Amino acid sequence: MKAFAALYAALDQTTKTNAKVEALKQYLAAAAPEDAAWAITFLIGRRPKRLLESRKLAQWAMEEAGVPDWLFGECYHAVGDFAETMALLLPPAENSSALPLHVWIEERLLPLREADDETRRARLVEAWREMDEPQRFAWNKLLTGEFRVGVSQTLVVRAIAEASGIAPEVMAHRLMGDWLPSAEFWRQLVAHDTRDADISRPYPFCLAYPVEGEVEELGDPAEWQIEWKWDGIRSQLIRRQRQTFVWSRGEELMTDRFPELDALGALLPEGTVIDGEILPWKDGAPLVFAQMQRRIGRKVLGPKILGEVPVVLVGYDLLEWNGEDVRERPLEWRRARLEEMAPAGSALVISPVVRGATWDELRALREESRGRKVEGFMLKRYGSPYRVGRKKGDWWKWKINPYTVDCVLIYAQPGNGRRASLFTDYTFGVWDDGKLVPFAKAYSGLTDDEIREVDAFVRRNTVEKWGPVHAVKPELVFELAFEAIQKSSRHKSGIAVRFPRMARWRKDKRAEDADSLDTIRGLVAGHDQENL
Amino acid sequence: MLEVREAGLYCPQGDFYIDPALPVARALITHAHGDHARAGSQAYLTTRTGEALVRARVGDEAAIESLPYGATRRVGEVDVAFHPAGHILGSAQIRLEHAGEVWVVSGDYKLSPDPTCMPFEPIRCHTFVTESTFALPIFRWGDAAGVVREIEEWWRGNREAGRASVLFAYPVGKAQRILSQLDASGGPLIYQEAVERVNAIYRGQGIALPHATEGGDLSQALVIASPQMQGSAWLRRFGKASMAFASGWMRIRGTRRRRSLDRGFVISDHADWPGLLQAIGESGAENVWVTHGYVGALVRWLEENGKRAVAVELKLPAEEAAE
Repeated sequence: MKAFAALYAALDQTTKTNAKVEALKQYLAAAAPEDAAWAITFLIGRRPKRLLESRKLAQWAMEEAGVPDWLFGECYHAVGDFAETMALLLPPAENSSALPLHVWIEERLLPLREADDETRRARLVEAWREMDEPQRFAWNKLLTGEFRVGVSQTLVVRAIAEASGIAPEVMAHRLMGDWLPSAEFWRQLVAHDTRDADISRPYPFCLAYPVEGEVEELGDPAEWQIEWKWDGIRSQLIRRQRQTFVWSRGEELMTDRFPELDALGALLPEGTVIDGEILPWKDGAPLVFAQMQRRIGRKVLGPKILGEVPVVLVGYDLLEWNGEDVRERPLEWRRARLEEMAPAGSALVISPVVRGATWDELRALREESRGRKVEGFMLKRYGSPYRVGRKKGDWWKWKINPYTVDCVLIYAQPGNGRRASLFTDYTFGVWDDGKLVPFAKAYSGLTDDEIREVDAFVRRNTVEKWGPVHAVKPELVFELAFEAIQKSSRHKSGIAVRFPRMARWRKDKRAEDADSLDTIRGLVAGHDQENL
Repeated sequence: MLEVREAGLYCPQGDFYIDPALPVARALITHAHGDHARAGSQAYLTTRTGEALVRARVGDEAAIESLPYGATRRVGEVDVAFHPAGHILGSAQIRLEHAGEVWVVSGDYKLSPDPTCMPFEPIRCHTFVTESTFALPIFRWGDAAGVVREIEEWWRGNREAGRASVLFAYPVGKAQRILSQLDASGGPLIYQEAVERVNAIYRGQGIALPHATEGGDLSQALVIASPQMQGSAWLRRFGKASMAFASGWMRIRGTRRRRSLDRGFVISDHADWPGLLQAIGESGAENVWVTHGYVGALVRWLEENGKRAVAVELKLPAEEAAE
């Protein structure tokens, strides 16, 4: 736990990627295999199922610290991180634990699963008393599972790859799928000769960069396979050893949620992996994404919802063919195999290729995006392999320009983590009948300096508070950009937008100049008549 | 004995203000930080040790009188005395006595040791006016000398890695507190101008501080600069330096990360939560007035623990009040 707490502190103390990789490598080189396995499990954001409710955890920490409920709340408000708040509040540490990480997890943490609350409480207090402050913090992070420390999966992969001398692509692949942290797993992970046995394991996704500058810089359109950029759930469908697995890009196994795709898998040849997008689809065309949200959260999928919102896999690419990894073959070869294998009338729809002789012609076609419920184009270079992660050069997304609306800042609340002591989460209103109605929330798009400026404004101009939410004098106008817009009965404004963000701070505008709900309704009308 | 007016805390029996935010006829000053000592008043009264620092803040022409710690002066109908607050050089709590009633205005204070100023002196009173900058139980300071060792360790690590060390520290008080305990033999020492200006005043009061080094390898240097210098062009000359900030706020990871700092050293010239409670307890006061900081939290805590506490809203402190 000493080494792990020190690693956490080292990762937390630098903003530089190389320094983080170096700290990870040092830790992994010195750690026992079972400790290394647990460490990376947490660092890449996996964790054992949550054992303890935050509310109880907080209760026990408060009792140990002798702090009343309301004061814990004040402290949390200042810190913005639950695990950290508890670590800072607990009575001054008198010990430091020499037990290794895996012992803490396997012998002290996991057994709590079976325990009653009284035992859990006693064990936790005992644990806190054995640890110093950095250890308590890392431990609390393990308990709460909010393990963000500015380390991405790519970075962890890079560190393990460099530490073990195994190619990062192989490492990324080995880290996917279902596995349990153990010494054995770690040995396999860094072994030079294991055949990866796990049949459910997906490949790392290839990701695209947005087109920078003018699309003409990409050369002749004929060098590119052009597809619509679909807006669904990016996923991989795997058929191996007569089993089907559906993975999301967030590495979630979703087979149970999509019986249509499970059935599709049975129609595919053995040893097949398809990269695609899951879309709600009816009568040969996509439904709005909000329809997908109706079924995605459900545990039980009845015939009604399956009938109303059926899904398909829009196939982009073929990664494994007859059990062979074909990612290094050229794009057109993979595409041809994919087209050959699509069973007629099945839930596999091959993403159509869009043709255009010139970029201008394509530009005109792209204007149809909103009507087609897509986000623009994907451009994939002919002849290119299927790469790992976000690499520049072969895959580009050429998105339509977002919608924009001028809105007024009406509520603000503090952010989380790094932004905890600043007001960074904003709600924006638009005019409706002489009043500002809440329209969208946005968190991103401002520079640090602008955030500080807005923060100062909020502090000076709060007119009312409800918990952490501050209502402010309606004065600041922002241009909000978003990708899609539709009617919604769940929103006060009657409208829901997708991916809202702050495009610009319109210091040149006054609140009166902001847009009205009517204008925005016009955008919906132009886009989508569908009733939800 | 005190009331809150637009310019701040006012004493009608003595016809003076304490640390006024606006120009007044007579101002009693607890210490020389910008949110306590402001230019423009007609007459100032402060401590003898703090006079030079206050003068640097309010201007050469200002009419400043000073008193040694513990000496009593009658102002109007009130007996006034300055007692050490342990915050920075010359900082004071102001004791007011009128018709047998005693009030103490603490200004900013800390209880932990600081070689650059007289230690905080507990004074019995009926009403204690306390700050609350760090009045949450998450704020708890370790041993300051230990923190200075951490700073030296960080500097040593940076020298080995061939990069300069830039330490942001509030230039009035904090910087000198660290410097007075620092082993400066490791490499070149560079002061930003605002820091050196105050260093000179401290040296004038007999506080020994290491001198800046002429020349030397910048990649081995320790640079002491005001926090306001972060991101400035002046810092560019030090190349890819490691950036650190010495402040009580560094107790919270978020405040360090938000500023994109490599290190945060938790060292404060304000009392931490246990310190505040100790000082309030030792004052024996039945009434506690709570000013700038986590006012609400401290007031509620005191009330729940049997004290009479009042939240005192003073004019928003200046930007630099952050510490």
